[in-house]
Amino acid sequence: MSLNRDRRARREAQRRNEALGAETRPVTRRGLFLLGAQLVFGAVLAYRMRQLQVVEAERYLLLAEENRINLQLIPPVRAEIFDRNGVPLAVNRQNYRVVVVRERAGDVEKTLDRLGLVIDIPDHRRERIRKEMHRKSAFVPVSVAEYLDWKNFAAVNANLPSLNGVHPEVGLSRGYENGPLTAHVVGYVGRVTEREIEAQKNPDPVLQIPDFQIGKTGIERAIEAQLRGEAGTRRIEINAAGRVIREIDRIDGAPGTDLHLTLDLALQAYCHERLGEASAAVVVMDTNNGDLVGLVSNPSYNPNLFVRGISPDDWNALLNDKYRPLANKWASGMYPPGSTFKMVVALAALKAGVIDPNERIFCGGSIKVGRRRFHCWKRGGHGHVRMIKSLEESCDIYYYEMAKRVGIDRIAEMARQFGLGAEADLPIPAIKGGLIPDEAWKRRIHDEVWQLGDSLNSAIGQGFVLTTPLQLAVMTARIASGKAVEPRLIRARGGVPIPVTEPAALGIPKGHFDLVRKGMHEVVNSKRGTARRSRIADDEMRMAGKTGTSQVRSITAAERAAGVFKNEDLPWERRDHALFVSYAPFNKPRYAVAVVVEHGGGGSKAAAPIARDVMMRALYGPEIPLRAYPPGQRPERPSPEPAPRPSQDRGTSRIRT
Amino acid sequence: MSVASAPVKVGLARKILRINWALFLLICAIAGIGFLMLYSVAGGSLDPWARPQMTRFAAGIVLMLIVALIDIRFFRWASPLAYLGALGLLVAVEFIGKSGMGAQRWILLGPVQLQPSELMKIALVMALARYYTWLDRGRVSHPFWLLPPLALIAVPMLLVLRQPDLGTAILLGAGGTMVMFLAGVSWWYFGTAITLGVGGIYTVMTSRGTDWQLLKDYQFRRIDTFLDPDTDPLGAGYNITQSKIAMGSGGFSGRGFMQGTQTRLNFLPEKHTDFIFTTLSEEFGFAGSVSLLGLYLLVVVFGIASMLRNRDRFGALLTGGLTSTFFLFFAVNMAMVTGLMPVVGVPLPLVSYGGTAMLVLLLAFGLIQSAHVHRR
Repeated sequence: MSLNRDRRARREAQRRNEALGAETRPVTRRGLFLLGAQLVFGAVLAYRMRQLQVVEAERYLLLAEENRINLQLIPPVRAEIFDRNGVPLAVNRQNYRVVVVRERAGDVEKTLDRLGLVIDIPDHRRERIRKEMHRKSAFVPVSVAEYLDWKNFAAVNANLPSLNGVHPEVGLSRGYENGPLTAHVVGYVGRVTEREIEAQKNPDPVLQIPDFQIGKTGIERAIEAQLRGEAGTRRIEINAAGRVIREIDRIDGAPGTDLHLTLDLALQAYCHERLGEASAAVVVMDTNNGDLVGLVSNPSYNPNLFVRGISPDDWNALLNDKYRPLANKWASGMYPPGSTFKMVVALAALKAGVIDPNERIFCGGSIKVGRRRFHCWKRGGHGHVRMIKSLEESCDIYYYEMAKRVGIDRIAEMARQFGLGAEADLPIPAIKGGLIPDEAWKRRIHDEVWQLGDSLNSAIGQGFVLTTPLQLAVMTARIASGKAVEPRLIRARGGVPIPVTEPAALGIPKGHFDLVRKGMHEVVNSKRGTARRSRIADDEMRMAGKTGTSQVRSITAAERAAGVFKNEDLPWERRDHALFVSYAPFNKPRYAVAVVVEHGGGGSKAAAPIARDVMMRALYGPEIPLRAYPPGQRPERPSPEPAPRPSQDRGTSRIRT
Repeated sequence: MSVASAPVKVGLARKILRINWALFLLICAIAGIGFLMLYSVAGGSLDPWARPQMTRFAAGIVLMLIVALIDIRFFRWASPLAYLGALGLLVAVEFIGKSGMGAQRWILLGPVQLQPSELMKIALVMALARYYTWLDRGRVSHPFWLLPPLALIAVPMLLVLRQPDLGTAILLGAGGTMVMFLAGVSWWYFGTAITLGVGGIYTVMTSRGTDWQLLKDYQFRRIDTFLDPDTDPLGAGYNITQSKIAMGSGGFSGRGFMQGTQTRLNFLPEKHTDFIFTTLSEEFGFAGSVSLLGLYLLVVVFGIASMLRNRDRFGALLTGGLTSTFFLFFAVNMAMVTGLMPVVGVPLPLVSYGGTAMLVLLLAFGLIQSAHVHRR
């Protein structure tokens, strides 16, 4: 047994020994293999790190910077606009607003409830706030109320301790002091729209700032680029959630260049006051340097409404007003000039040498040309008429004759010399060029031959002829000065006056001008003049002018027979436009004034008195001496002029808002 | 137990001297780098990560030394119990860990939060080592005797996958396979398994868009984003994109300690856990990341060297298996954050913030040391 056991034990030991030898070797071999494999994988990892951190390091560094740094635009401060005396017209007002930061508010609803006790938050706005907060990160401020008045803003400030997450802010927003008085010149700004951005070739990145305001009409729009200034930039470090960690650096932008206009705000206010309810345009222009001192389109509107986003009700009210407050009548209102065109015709005839000013033309009330009869405004006729009298009494027959003699093309050529038929170079987008027809024009546009009748109509400023009030003022200024005065609207840029270039002479003999001027003088100052009631009695300041009454429809033979062509009997829309152009003082002209009263009736009755009053206001200032009024018209006391005040509802009698 | 198979018996003092102190220092160095990074990630503060991590490390390193001094035969004896215990916890977590957070299932043992899947990484290696010590050498490659180890691996893997924790499942599977490889299972099996695996994947992927498509379209799309996160840069790809940016922007020498913008500005996800290597790479550059990789590989070299010198089969297999698991840990993590591998959620050993992982790793090193101390 023991031997047996011994043998078994020995065999077992032997086997174990073999096993031991057998088991150590594979572990060694496999262990080395495994170690090798692991080291190879380690090498792969090291190679990968080299690729990321050495070979492509620059690319990733750039990406990291892009991650980290955000370029933000600092909106530039928009240029402010002043009148010629430095009275502010368009300024950057402080916009008192209240924002709420969600993460600091805790319970937003509770905060809004509390804030609602201090300032009014309508339900629809609350809904919008809720949505906006939901959309944006918790640290982004959401606007709750804008354009608060000082009282409400102060109330919010006073209650801040109990309003978690509420922050009062002061931003800049465009404001128009006396907005309605200059709405048609200055225009207004509004939120930039997608369409406006798309329309530009290289849109300024600043336009991408939410709620950025750009000019929509008027000067604000025409020279947007100069007014806007240049945006600054700041580089900020942001984290993954978009929160601003710190500002790295900033490059300040440049504010726009402030403008001083040629306008006189006090005169603007006076014009609106004087026009009252009338749908009318007034242009006051300096005859020497072209400064546009007064540019009025009545009625006006409040441009501030548009800055904040006009409500549908206000918008509809403006659109449905039959006096069209939104239309810029002085710039884009095109009216037949009527008899105010006669000076141009007279000068054309003189230049062509087809008339001796002393030649007498017989006016019998009408003439027959071909199969058509052309009437003078005076049914009974003026009898024998010389040039000066033709202007003084505005005889139509005389100008029919002139038209026959000189032809439309020479009239048109003369008209263009006076700025008619072309757009003035002014920073007003609405500006229109009017229309001075000639033979070529009619052939081109209407594919018809010019008729003699067309010339006759044109000679009295009817037919195809269309002019804007601005053009009429320029024409008058050029007649007064004898020079090609150009209208201008900007007097100084950044406080530096813009030099006036001496206007070129028109190249028309002084004798011709003297005749026309004399005629215009008689219109206002002679006993038979059409505008005698509207003269300035002060000899120093005597005014010269010309009335015009332009039909907006043709009088049918039936109407003429029935005798229904009294304006008063017609509905407003069909009445004649009343026009008057004038300049003063006669001996040393300073201002030209053009007035168009839409559907106002006769020029002498509706337009001339306005022009005279505006002229006196321009010449004398607010204190108009009694002696300037013709006897019998003197007011019992000089009307105290309403000085323009910052408030918008004073200074004009009829402001549509 | 016969004398022949027993490890050398030595006194306590000799034991202490036999501890692999170089390995010990290496571990301390790596953990030290971890503290530094956690301090940096917190924006230059010991809280909330560096301080608890240091406390745990201190506790863990003591545990490691104690474990190192315990006779390796005790662990050989205790291996099946450890495996069954870890398995029990894994099952338990299925039921009582349900309220746990997302993929990470925790279990509360007194005041300690425990991740049983972490414990399983050690227990599985122990169990497999024990199995192959018991199994007759000649039967290692016998198909029947392959079944028990495969079951030992598959059961915890499936439990972990259910959690779902793909990263740990991969580590368990790969770790177990490496032990089988070291134990001497025939090359043929590995070759066949790899061939079948690759062939299977190839078949599935080529089936796309054909009549016999094996997966649904959305499943394919999910695989797409998993394999190439760049196709979804703000969703699934966000992490890896930002991680690559952080690493790359570090350049050769890094952006400086606590100067990493990606980390500091929160562009990096999981910057204190799975993506902590990215922070290191960003702040210390290529030099820093390769240095850490070198330290890790050195640990592997030490471990394998210890295994090769150990003639005790259990000790050797245990050392080899644990070292390989450690290798898988950092290799998968680094491959993941460098964009070589899809993101599967494996922390960087000894560096990433995490209590269980740290303790389990130090326990594993304790076992490696024990095998080293008690080697034959």
